[in-house]
Amino acid sequence: MLEICDLNAGYDDMPVLKSLSLSIVEGEVLSIVGNNGAGKSTLLKAISGLVRSTGSISFRGTRINGLKPHAIVQKGIVHVPEGRKIFPEMTVDENLTMGAFLNPKEYRRHLDMVFSLFPRLSERRKQLGGTMSGGEQQMLAIARGLMGSPKLLMLDEPSLGLSPLFTESVFSSIGEISRSGVTVLLVEQNVCQSLEASDRGYVMETGSIVLSGTGRELIENPQVKRAFLGM
Amino acid sequence: MLFFQSLISGILTGGVYALAAMGMSLVFGVMNISNFAHGELMMLGMYLAYYLFILFNIDPFIALLIIMPLTFGFGYAVEKTMIGRVIDHPSENQILLTVGFGLIMSNTALLAFTSDPKILTTSYSSSSISLPGDISVSIPMLLSFIITCALTAALYLFLAKTKTGMALRATSQNREAAQLMGIDVSRMSSIAFGTGTLLAASAGAMIAQTYYIDPFAGHTFLLKSFTICVLGGLGSVIGAAVGGIVIGLVEAMSSAYLSTDWKDVVVFVLFLAILLLRPRGLFGRKGEQ
Repeated sequence: MLEICDLNAGYDDMPVLKSLSLSIVEGEVLSIVGNNGAGKSTLLKAISGLVRSTGSISFRGTRINGLKPHAIVQKGIVHVPEGRKIFPEMTVDENLTMGAFLNPKEYRRHLDMVFSLFPRLSERRKQLGGTMSGGEQQMLAIARGLMGSPKLLMLDEPSLGLSPLFTESVFSSIGEISRSGVTVLLVEQNVCQSLEASDRGYVMETGSIVLSGTGRELIENPQVKRAFLGM
Repeated sequence: MLFFQSLISGILTGGVYALAAMGMSLVFGVMNISNFAHGELMMLGMYLAYYLFILFNIDPFIALLIIMPLTFGFGYAVEKTMIGRVIDHPSENQILLTVGFGLIMSNTALLAFTSDPKILTTSYSSSSISLPGDISVSIPMLLSFIITCALTAALYLFLAKTKTGMALRATSQNREAAQLMGIDVSRMSSIAFGTGTLLAASAGAMIAQTYYIDPFAGHTFLLKSFTICVLGGLGSVIGAAVGGIVIGLVEAMSSAYLSTDWKDVVVFVLFLAILLLRPRGLFGRKGEQ
């Protein structure tokens, strides 16, 4: 579905991604794990066009790097950024409307879908985004992403700063999203839980992929255990 | 009676200030750029109203129907070709560009129209309505206040209800997230700058009968717009509307009870006081620098 080949990207002459290659298969949940500063967020930003890159990123056979972010969203890649970035002075409803900016026709159907996934949001439709708790904002951010009817949904650190209970519910919603036919790319520091929720995973270190395998294989890999799980 | 007279003229003048400041605030909110050419855009509106009246005998208030689309297009094009290029640059570059653009505009006006002030006089320029208690209300100011209210309501509805208006607000609240929703933020910047230009030029056209028209007529309004934006909270359009009325009132009251020479002093003391005591303004967002 998504093929990344020899990708280089960074900020103002500071390279972050160094000839990185990976591929995502349609329908899977793929995790990218790694330490802070490994370049995971930069990778997502390069895919969604927020950061310029060289090399090639192709989505369903067409090259997408060099496109503007809004053109990439149009192709069906939706990026839920780190830190949620909801619109603080807009209500839950308005945030969701913005999520459906490019396909307002399917607004109703998607709205029903996200409310059944996150019933809590349907109780707070008129509340301003900025006044919600961190966990609720994360739900809103994911729901807002789903309103764009993504083929590939990229989640950047969805469990960051959440209580264990909210983290649990975010991971269970990822399972449901995947079962509804959306391919999920998950970037996490919460290594164990995200690998458990994934079909496959990649381990990233200083801008490159250093390990890959199924979620289970990686959890049991001694290197991963030593580096991330403290075992 | 002095009090009521000052109250009314303060509110009427404040309406025009509000209109100009709303344009500046919208541009600041969406693009995060302080537009130092805003006064010149008002000056543009003044001259447009003047020449449409002199050459074609079009009433300045009717002329708004021509001035608004014209200046929107002008602002849109200016953003596309110039201002949009510095949007990700340090603010010094942005200031240099907008100050430079303003200088080019005012000096072009100087070349084209000379520095002689022009006076736009219609049949009702100096007429007024008398209210009981010796209070008089200038007809042009009253008309401009009514139109300002209508434009403010239209702007509010546009931002609150339309898809483009909501996308403008989204861009102003989080530019990166707006891009990730599929919003073309560079188009939003052009629309914001076009709308800002339209609002400034409309304000200019509406005061063309009340103030002298010269190439530097916009300067005083630039400073006032900044003060109003800071008072209302930078980027808040509603804040700018309220702030405009407040500044109009403060000016009118200090002219009445201190002296006209002191009104600018009072306004800028107020400006400094806001920066010291409540830097995010009346309607400003939390946590912005």
